Amino acid sequence: MATEKEGGLVFHPLDQFIVKPLFGDGAVHWYTITNVTLWLALAVVAIVALFVIGTRGRAIVPSRTQSIGEVLYGFTYKMVEDVAGKDAVKFFPYIFTLFMFILFSNFLGLIPMSFATTSHIAVTGVLAAAVFLTVTILGFVKNGTKFLSLFWVSSAPLALRPVLAIIELISYFVRPVSHSIRLGGNIMAGHAVMKVFAGFAAIAAISPIAVVSITAIYGLEVLVAAVQAYVFTILTVVYLKDALHPAH
Amino acid sequence: MASGTETTADAAQGSSGMPQLDFATFPNQIFWLVVTLVIIYFVLSRIALPRIAGVLAERQGTITNDIAAAEELKQKAKEAEEAYNQALAEARVEAQKIGAEAKAEIQKELDKAQAKADAEIAARAAESEKAIAEIRAGAVESVKAVAKDTTKEILSAMGSKADAKAVTAAVTARMKG
Repeated sequence: MATEKEGGLVFHPLDQFIVKPLFGDGAVHWYTITNVTLWLALAVVAIVALFVIGTRGRAIVPSRTQSIGEVLYGFTYKMVEDVAGKDAVKFFPYIFTLFMFILFSNFLGLIPMSFATTSHIAVTGVLAAAVFLTVTILGFVKNGTKFLSLFWVSSAPLALRPVLAIIELISYFVRPVSHSIRLGGNIMAGHAVMKVFAGFAAIAAISPIAVVSITAIYGLEVLVAAVQAYVFTILTVVYLKDALHPAH
Repeated sequence: MASGTETTADAAQGSSGMPQLDFATFPNQIFWLVVTLVIIYFVLSRIALPRIAGVLAERQGTITNDIAAAEELKQKAKEAEEAYNQALAEARVEAQKIGAEAKAEIQKELDKAQAKADAEIAARAAESEKAIAEIRAGAVESVKAVAKDTTKEILSAMGSKADAKAVTAAVTARMKG
């Protein structure tokens, strides 16, 4: 997004992230139907299409869409079971919801002219905060005060333990921050970079290079979309494991 | 991508350059995000996940059953083969027995036939010998008669009356010699 003004190129790579009402130009209230609403709804539609309409056959020999649903199910289920253990399986629907929401939002955000909901710290922050709160409360409910042994590294020398406890405590509270900024930052940066290259494409002399770069970065962003969704999910599962089995 | 809305964009952006940090839009985003997550959670946990789990379990069951059935059939085939082999071995033994019996019977019959044939041959030979002896005896008589007749003829030709008794005695004596 670049316009030739009298000072040269002016980039607006962040304009794509602006939240604005879908109908009219009014202020954005909490209930206003915005572009965010639209793309969140499309994520719901995509998930329903894949997991409800795609599996309606309930076939023993699956159709193509049913296979995709089954692969995602099996992959996530195995991840939860392998990382967090058998007793974490009852949290599988929550984790699967998170994973599918982020995965579909990331991919929908890659459609040109779309709005990347997961590039917003408000969205990823809520996701990470929800995970953090759930895991922390769950840890105390399941283990009581034993959950604090997560911060008391019993394998370290006694003199070091208070120091390590402080470090562990800080790292524990930094978790939601890194968890949310990792996802939002990755998606935002990728989209912004593509927009910057799109701005260069307006200049005839370098537009071929810019177009090739956009193509390359788009490919990278497809990878990032999947990888970041996976990373967010597996970190959630790891935190869940810490809550269920706090011993080091 | 917000082409043509740059004026509203600039206004919405506010003082911070990043729309992400425009806190005025946070309640909106969070509200719709929560709505979205709740819908996705209910759709997945109520409809999609039980359905997929059911399909996977059913498939697992089908596969297990099929493998068990295949195993059973394999076992049956093995048993059938064993039964076949056993039947074959039995048949072979039986055949050998029958063969031996037949051979023995034939041998017996053969011996009997041979014995009978031998007896017959012996009887025939005896008969033949008797016949030959008869013939021989007959021949001697004939020779005697011929010799007597010839002697009588020769004697009568020479002019002397032959004494029958003497001729017979002479011929008999000569023939004994």
